[in-house]
Amino acid sequence: MQKHLFLGVEAIGQGAIDGGMSGVYAYPGTPSTEITEFIQENPIAEERNIHRKWSANEKTALETALGMSYAGKRAMSCMKHVGLNVAADIFVNAAMTGVNGGLIVTVADDPSMHSSQNEQDSRFYGKFAMIPVLEPSSQQEAYDMTRDGFALSELTKVPVMLRITTRLAHSRAGVTRNDVLPENELVMPTDPRQFILLPAIARRKYKGLLDSQSLFLKLSEESEYNRYVEGTDHSLGIVACGIAYNYLMEHFPDGTCPFSVVKVSQYPLPEKHIIRLNRECDEILVLEEGAPMVEEMLKGFFSNGTPIKGRLDGTLPRDGELNPDLVAKALGKEMFEGFDIPEVVANRPPALCVGCGHQDAYLAMNEALADYSKGRVFSDIGCYTLGALPPYETISSCVDMGASITMAKGAADAGLIPAVAMIGDSTFAHSGITGLLDAVNEKSSITIVISDNESISMTGGQDSSAYGRIESICIGVGVDPAHIHTIVPLKKNHEEMVRLFREEFAYEGVSVIIPRRECIQRASSRKRNKK
Amino acid sequence: MKSDIILAGVGGQGILSIATALGEAALSNNLLIKQAETHGMSQRGGAVYSHMRISDQPIASDLIPGGSADLILSVEPMESLRYLPYLSETGYLVTNTTPFVNIPNYPAIEDVMAEIRKFPRYIAIDADAIAKEVGSTRASNMVMLGAASPFIDIEFSKIEEGIRTIFGRKGEDVVNMNLEALRRGRQFAEENR
Repeated sequence: MQKHLFLGVEAIGQGAIDGGMSGVYAYPGTPSTEITEFIQENPIAEERNIHRKWSANEKTALETALGMSYAGKRAMSCMKHVGLNVAADIFVNAAMTGVNGGLIVTVADDPSMHSSQNEQDSRFYGKFAMIPVLEPSSQQEAYDMTRDGFALSELTKVPVMLRITTRLAHSRAGVTRNDVLPENELVMPTDPRQFILLPAIARRKYKGLLDSQSLFLKLSEESEYNRYVEGTDHSLGIVACGIAYNYLMEHFPDGTCPFSVVKVSQYPLPEKHIIRLNRECDEILVLEEGAPMVEEMLKGFFSNGTPIKGRLDGTLPRDGELNPDLVAKALGKEMFEGFDIPEVVANRPPALCVGCGHQDAYLAMNEALADYSKGRVFSDIGCYTLGALPPYETISSCVDMGASITMAKGAADAGLIPAVAMIGDSTFAHSGITGLLDAVNEKSSITIVISDNESISMTGGQDSSAYGRIESICIGVGVDPAHIHTIVPLKKNHEEMVRLFREEFAYEGVSVIIPRRECIQRASSRKRNKK
Repeated sequence: MKSDIILAGVGGQGILSIATALGEAALSNNLLIKQAETHGMSQRGGAVYSHMRISDQPIASDLIPGGSADLILSVEPMESLRYLPYLSETGYLVTNTTPFVNIPNYPAIEDVMAEIRKFPRYIAIDADAIAKEVGSTRASNMVMLGAASPFIDIEFSKIEEGIRTIFGRKGEDVVNMNLEALRRGRQFAEENR
């Protein structure tokens, strides 16, 4: 069959379609966004009318996917690692209910924080929920694991996590496709109480989940993705998880590593391979992308067994993503270190685009805030977080989706009045509305700036679920319409914007100012596509 | 054969169009490819790069090990220097000389060029000027690909085919302009290597 040059994320999108998926549910987040975008643009997805619209956030996405699974069909939910925090409630409880149609939860971690606020390792969540976790080492495995993952979910009767990291997500390689499986028919769960987690039922379900662990282990030990590769040199044994396997094999161009290697791409950890490695080798090196999860498991509390090397003993850095150079050092290989970067090279951080409306909002906000002490603007996740950098330096926080409004409220509760929240339209829809309700209920003296560029811009201009509905949402939540203002953030409206900000900062209650102008990137790509 | 290439530039300069053209050329030569890209926040005017690995043997790592790249292909002069730790002792540095200034502390261009000239194997080409001559500054990335082509172990005709494939739907004029850009870049490199 023909090879396709797929990004890891595209391989997952294609694998899901070919695996008979009936719906993908997701909220954009780097490095997971392009999975859903690939499906949105795919002709088979269109022909089959696979559900592929964006959800308001990761929690609604995964809940909806579970609903589709309830009805017997195969579904996938995709998110970035921090998105799984938002969906954690449904994620853990979906392991308790189990599935009817196959359900894959694809989570893309971002070690080294290329585009994220932390580098949490989603494998912990998989272990926490006690479900099988797949971690592909290549684009081909990403495709195969997704295509076959629905069947694995149906066999184990729980959701399956597919965990990738940035490098696999955004790297291309040749992928061979398999045939396209049919979708499942609509079929009700055989046990009508399967999805009712009343305590009495939940206790029974939990025992069932615990009993299933031995099956998950057996499947992992028999998995074609996990294997023991015997080496000739037993001074060292290596556990290589996911993409770390590639960084290891990079140093053995003929494909044979002298050390015994356990390649791990499916969890729970394949015990029999690990036990054998421990028996046959003097020391064990653990290579894993993310946190030292496997390393901690092998090391144990007292570290009184085989010496375990990895991120905890300094053989590898404790944080950040792996790469071939770090693995070479861990193996004691000498490498040419390359040339130094000349001092003349200046940093080039990302910046707001020329002509972006957030810039106009920040300039006006800074002028209106000049009369107050500094540190009053709580911001959020999006392009406008770049307002932390010069020349604006307007904002004092960026923590999680929606925290601008709630943190501003907390600061106002503490006496910092006025406090200002700066949030984008899609972040507001994702997690801002409930915080706004808290503020309205207590008449908090905060001004919420919803900088509306009518798109989810940081991730590439996806549709925002609150498009055209920001004012009506604010009114519905209970903001006084006299204190909701919309303005076009353009230089010519600067004075008017400053006046609005000043007035509302002085108002003792909840006010909402909506600077609204389409994202210039989205506007230009819309024009390009029209041609 | 094996070519490990670092593509460099600034978010928005379209370095991935070079990767796509090369990828097409490699595929039609039945070569294997791995190519890691930068997506996300840096695309907003930040430094972006791509690791492109082409080989007739299986490729393990998606990332090129330090000190081993055969080529740095940069569409911006200062960015060409940022990835020097990846360049091998015998590698080539091929860069556009037109700076992309979107930061207040961009260094003096003479200082940047002085660092580039320190390398025994470099091609510094004003791709924007050549692109303008052939019809549009938008073709400057194909001038750059042409300038790098003598150092990539793929038949030139296959790279030309790659360009036909990716620009084909935009019409014959666009294809021809980009082919001309490619050839002019190659000609410059061969005269100045």
